[in-house]
Amino acid sequence: MSIRRRPGYSRRDVIRAGAAAIAASSAVAGSSRWPALAQSTPEATPSNFNWKKYEGETIDVLLSLSPRSDILTKYQPEFEELTGIKVNADVVPEQQQRQKQVIEFTSGNPSFDVTEESWHVQKGLFGQGKFLLDLRDFLNDPEMTSPDYDFADFSAAAVAFATQPDGRIDTLPYNIDYWILYWNKELFDQKGVAFPKTFDEMLEAAKTLNDPANGVYGFVARGLKNANTPVWTSFMQGWDAKPVDDQGQLHTTEEPAVAAATLYQSLLANYAPPGVNGFNWNECQTTFGQGTAAMWFDGIGFATPLEDPSKSKVVGKVGYGLQPAGPVAQHSGTFGDGMGVSAQSSKPGPAYFYCQWATNKQNQARNLAAGAGASGRVSVYSDPAALENLTVPQEWVDTLIASGKIGLPSLPQIIPVTEFRDIFGIALTNMISGADPKQELESATEQFRPILEKSLGS
Amino acid sequence: MVNAREAAVGSGGRARASYRRRDKYVRFILPAVLVISAVIIFPWLFTLFMSLHDWQVASPRVFVGLDNYLNLVGDTRFRAAVGRTLIYAALAVALPTVIGTIAAVLFHRDFPLRGLLRSIYILPMVATPVAIALVWTMMFHPQLGVLNYLLSLVGLPPSLWVYSPQTVIPSLVLVETWQWTPLVMLIVLGGLSALPTEPLESAAIDGANSWQVFRDITLPMVLPFIMVAVVLRTIDALKAFDTIFTITQGGPGTASETINIYLYLQAFSFFRIGHASAVVVVFFVIIVAFSLTLLGVRQRMQWA
Repeated sequence: MSIRRRPGYSRRDVIRAGAAAIAASSAVAGSSRWPALAQSTPEATPSNFNWKKYEGETIDVLLSLSPRSDILTKYQPEFEELTGIKVNADVVPEQQQRQKQVIEFTSGNPSFDVTEESWHVQKGLFGQGKFLLDLRDFLNDPEMTSPDYDFADFSAAAVAFATQPDGRIDTLPYNIDYWILYWNKELFDQKGVAFPKTFDEMLEAAKTLNDPANGVYGFVARGLKNANTPVWTSFMQGWDAKPVDDQGQLHTTEEPAVAAATLYQSLLANYAPPGVNGFNWNECQTTFGQGTAAMWFDGIGFATPLEDPSKSKVVGKVGYGLQPAGPVAQHSGTFGDGMGVSAQSSKPGPAYFYCQWATNKQNQARNLAAGAGASGRVSVYSDPAALENLTVPQEWVDTLIASGKIGLPSLPQIIPVTEFRDIFGIALTNMISGADPKQELESATEQFRPILEKSLGS
Repeated sequence: MVNAREAAVGSGGRARASYRRRDKYVRFILPAVLVISAVIIFPWLFTLFMSLHDWQVASPRVFVGLDNYLNLVGDTRFRAAVGRTLIYAALAVALPTVIGTIAAVLFHRDFPLRGLLRSIYILPMVATPVAIALVWTMMFHPQLGVLNYLLSLVGLPPSLWVYSPQTVIPSLVLVETWQWTPLVMLIVLGGLSALPTEPLESAAIDGANSWQVFRDITLPMVLPFIMVAVVLRTIDALKAFDTIFTITQGGPGTASETINIYLYLQAFSFFRIGHASAVVVVFFVIIVAFSLTLLGVRQRMQWA
């Protein structure tokens, strides 16, 4: 039996249209980018939004394994109860997750409705292939976006990261990663060394603290090809330089690039543990966590394991400091991830509800409290609930907030970013073994230039 | 009645009957043909098709003829990967073959607890390669690994193992040898058990010592079995991927980047589908050429 609707408008339709008109007029009048969302309150839109709208539906979610996905899967029953939507979450390691995404998107029939987009690796490719749905219509629709979602709460940097060059917003900011300098306070105190505020001081501190005879190394960072490229590009920021500018020109053989590579070589070839050229973040974490490295330069998300007595010997001794300043500028290498809806999903509505829930204030506060990641939301850092539940030192939060003020994307936002990381990563690894930085950068640039040009031409 | 029927059918009828029989056979083999076409022939033709295109994920496909193959000729990274694969394969075939043969000769003799020791010996072969690789990765760690600790016990300096471009290939061969020597041992042991005992007895009567018996009688007779092991090992060593990828991902730099790792990067990291397909075709040709050569050699070595 089916119910045929009468032509014309019901009373509910009229109320809905009126509410939408109010929201739209405030959007025009307001000066903020998302005033309609910012100003909408539960009182203003009493009946427009309903979490139970898609009750009974089932969605598939593909996440990469991280402390953040642990939190999402832990609290998933909360979402299911709130919405009545059943979630099948598939959590796989990052490398496999990225391959699975691209292969399935290309096949035209992905097995998931919701997934993450790593902005620093996948933004260009996902944007070009239009793999994810443009969420602007949903964000502007009071029936689809919860009044308390508050998109305006996201920082301008996070929104810029989530926005494609053509203006499409295909992800909601889910996690921001700033690079910081972890330092072992005990080792620093023993030798009376102060926390380095500049690259020169960092090099000097590494030299002073390096004591291989006693199993202590001055510095550790990623030496494994591909994984190591962000170390170099973040160092480049100290010269206020980018490897690829906004016009797609390479600046990888110029003085700042060579100087940053020389700094990388000096630190890793002289003051890092032997075999560092095969170290990814996990080997670095083990080295630093065992108390055998005085400094470690990497993403901010490692406070949890470093403060966990079952995984770390340096609990309570770790300092969390800003990326030191270079001769020209001080920035913090910034990376991030967003959560989006597959463009081919047959359930975009329920999938968007999940994205919204995953990036809401409460879940972002949970990430912060657990030290699992930084949020693109401004309010989270003053959220008493998040700060009261902190399982990591306050110094970590302070460094996080300070990094946010000087954050700058570290990797170029180009399509062949994986080739960029691979080719320059090999050059950097070779430098650890003694190769000349300038020559290695020139050869890598020659190798990468045609790949970049081809991607820009396509 | 039979005659009348034969007359009615005639010679043309016989042909039709034979066709009908063939038709029946076709029906029987059809499922196999379909399955093989779907899982072997179609993927192969499609790989060849892709290798003739410039095809990058999320970009349009452009026909480029043999350009992908020509690019491979000039690609120094690919050429280095081919050389590295051959060196790795040579070592990863030779060492297990020699050690496996010696082990087979030892295990062929009677001694207490032989069955138990044989079972223990083949354990590495039955373990999951990725799990093994992860354990070896921990053992190779220059500061925390057990291997450098063992070296220190006997007064040797620590090694960088897989963390140095100079020692990475020998270290990976060590893992491969540890894992696959038991396979060679099993094959050769099977061969030894099948050998006739008369030549050995007459050699003993003639006063040959055990080395002479091994060199002049056992080894030539068991050689066809060793060749089977060599063929299998060669194919496996050329295709080796899981342990190398898990332990080094082709590093440090490109020091352990074999063809398979290169191929994986092109296909699944850079998503250069056309280029990767050309690598697959070239790699396939290399493996088939090696296998046919070795099988030809084995054919000439048959003693029975």
